[in-house]
Amino acid sequence: MRLIADKIDCERGGRRVFSDLSFTLGSGEGLLLTGANGSGKTSLLRLIAGLGDPAGGTFSIDGMDDDLAIGQRSHYVAHRNALKTALSVEENLAFWAKFMGASDVAAGIERGLGLFNLDHLASYSAGLLSQGQARRLALSRLELVARPIWLLDEPSVGLDEASCKQLAAAMNSHMDKGGLLIATTHTGLGVSFTKTIDMSEGA
Amino acid sequence: MKIFLALIARDLTLAIRQGGGVGMALGFFLAVMVLLPLGIGPDLKLLQRIAPGALWITLLLSVLLSADRIFQPDDDDGSLELFSLGLMPMELVALAKAIAHWITTGLPLAIAAPALGVLLNLDSSLFLPLLAAMGLGSMALSLLATIGAAVTVGLKRGGLIVSLLILPLYVPVLIFGVAATAGQNAMPGVFGSSLLILLAIALACLVLAPAASAALLRAHMK
Amino acid sequence: MQKYANPTRFYALSGKVLPWLAAATLLAFAVGLYLALVKAPQDYQQGETVRIMFVHVPAAWMAMFCYSTIALASAIGLVWRHPLADVAAKCAAPIGASFTFLALVTGSLWGKPMWGTWWVWDARLTSVFVLFLLYLGYMAIWQAIEEPLRAARVAAIVALVGFVNVPIIKFSVDWWNSLHQPASVLRMDGPAIHMDLLAPLLVMGLAYTLLFFTLHLIAIRSEITRRRIRVIELAEVQG
Repeated sequence: MRLIADKIDCERGGRRVFSDLSFTLGSGEGLLLTGANGSGKTSLLRLIAGLGDPAGGTFSIDGMDDDLAIGQRSHYVAHRNALKTALSVEENLAFWAKFMGASDVAAGIERGLGLFNLDHLASYSAGLLSQGQARRLALSRLELVARPIWLLDEPSVGLDEASCKQLAAAMNSHMDKGGLLIATTHTGLGVSFTKTIDMSEGA
Repeated sequence: MKIFLALIARDLTLAIRQGGGVGMALGFFLAVMVLLPLGIGPDLKLLQRIAPGALWITLLLSVLLSADRIFQPDDDDGSLELFSLGLMPMELVALAKAIAHWITTGLPLAIAAPALGVLLNLDSSLFLPLLAAMGLGSMALSLLATIGAAVTVGLKRGGLIVSLLILPLYVPVLIFGVAATAGQNAMPGVFGSSLLILLAIALACLVLAPAASAALLRAHMK
Repeated sequence: MQKYANPTRFYALSGKVLPWLAAATLLAFAVGLYLALVKAPQDYQQGETVRIMFVHVPAAWMAMFCYSTIALASAIGLVWRHPLADVAAKCAAPIGASFTFLALVTGSLWGKPMWGTWWVWDARLTSVFVLFLLYLGYMAIWQAIEEPLRAARVAAIVALVGFVNVPIIKFSVDWWNSLHQPASVLRMDGPAIHMDLLAPLLVMGLAYTLLFFTLHLIAIRSEITRRRIRVIELAEVQG
């Protein structure tokens, strides 16, 4: 499977953020987006996910038969956690597992909880979690259902060192299994990326 | 289908645990009930005449005022975006939200309406028509409310805009709802025909409202 | 006073007091109900239904009393930051709302034979209805705001604003009522209070008050426990 971005232009608030951006990403490859704030890292991720239409250019998927949109093949984890404090940790994961069409919800939840060792917190209300724990729970979505494309916007923010290592291991494992990874970060992520695009160049 | 039900179940659970759904709407309903005689006078005969209309108007306002609960919380915590990345089309997301809203707001109010009608000295022969008409009508009201909610999601000054947008759409529901409730006394057969029209309106909303809401939500997220 | 401010001490002390309080409540109700249902005479106009008065009037008293308690506790909480004041205010609300609801329902039942309808908007019932709304609004604040300290502060201000408004509301409703001459002059107290009616009324009033204190103590203890559990859970989760 390949993800192809062809001459993408991005406008936000009437301002041209970047233009004529192209790349190709194949199975098992990782793309790192770097650059200053406002250079369009987040915007590009959102465009890939389908949370917005590019001002110019197209995205396409090569090598897959079904009709799914890119966003429906992706896990998108950005700054907001999409957690409900009135639900327990487990209930939050159960909902997303069901919503993303997991065939085995229980197994998905088990994997999700196991990613950052949140098993012992399963029955507690999500409202009791610290910010770091909530962040980990949000990232646990990645393990609920297998999706080939991971779109991660500054995933290590709010994580302690041990969790960062666990996240890096998960990202590497994802790519090893043939998944695609596109991530933005200000700090390092502990993962070796196939390609890097510095969004600050080219405006 | 499982995803559809999972979304409704989640919304129902949240409504029960966080409260604020039925309770607030009911409280608002009661508050308006008090204002009516204070403004119009306690003459029971007069109150009885205006009771059906007053109850319907209060129902409209209660459903409308709770509309911001439909999409705003999910938009705030980022869930709404993820909904658009799911396997279920946004139309079904909007429909699921409308149904959950109806179950937690419109339907309970419709059921409580006859009891609240007592405060306005509602003629007891109208209890059953009121229940039937409001049960149906409230479904249409919740569906239409999702359109308003989809428009104002993320708007900083949403408040009254929702009312301005949706109240005109509520007019047919109000007219046929009141006719179904009280018209029987004026014209026999009005109950049946009005109820059928109300059903038609509800069915039309069932199709149109999710489509409109989904389109609006997509526009919001792009 | 400060000695009882400590929730743990309060919990221990209230635990000792509670059984006696409950017993006193039961006793008062036994005496009151006997006097009300058996010994008090029928009303020449209303017959047996006048006995509802013994349930209705004390309930209306308690509606006001409880709201005053909330206002007082709120003021103490705002000014002196007494740790249990906010809890006391929060816990009194559902009880007060229940008394108010009871007053409304019994008022309706009492009036039905005379009015021919289940509800009229006379001055008294209307004021009590508005008071009921004040209770609902107050309880809604506690539910709407998640953070307990902020909820307490906001609720306290809301309670005091409501309390100040109660006489104003009562005055305006009475004035409104005098504008619209009601068809039948209804006196919910019945005719001038006769000793035979006064004694049961006062005893029932005492019984209701004791009931409130009992329920209030139980509610405060529950709330203290609930908060303790949350602290423990928070420690378990966040370490």
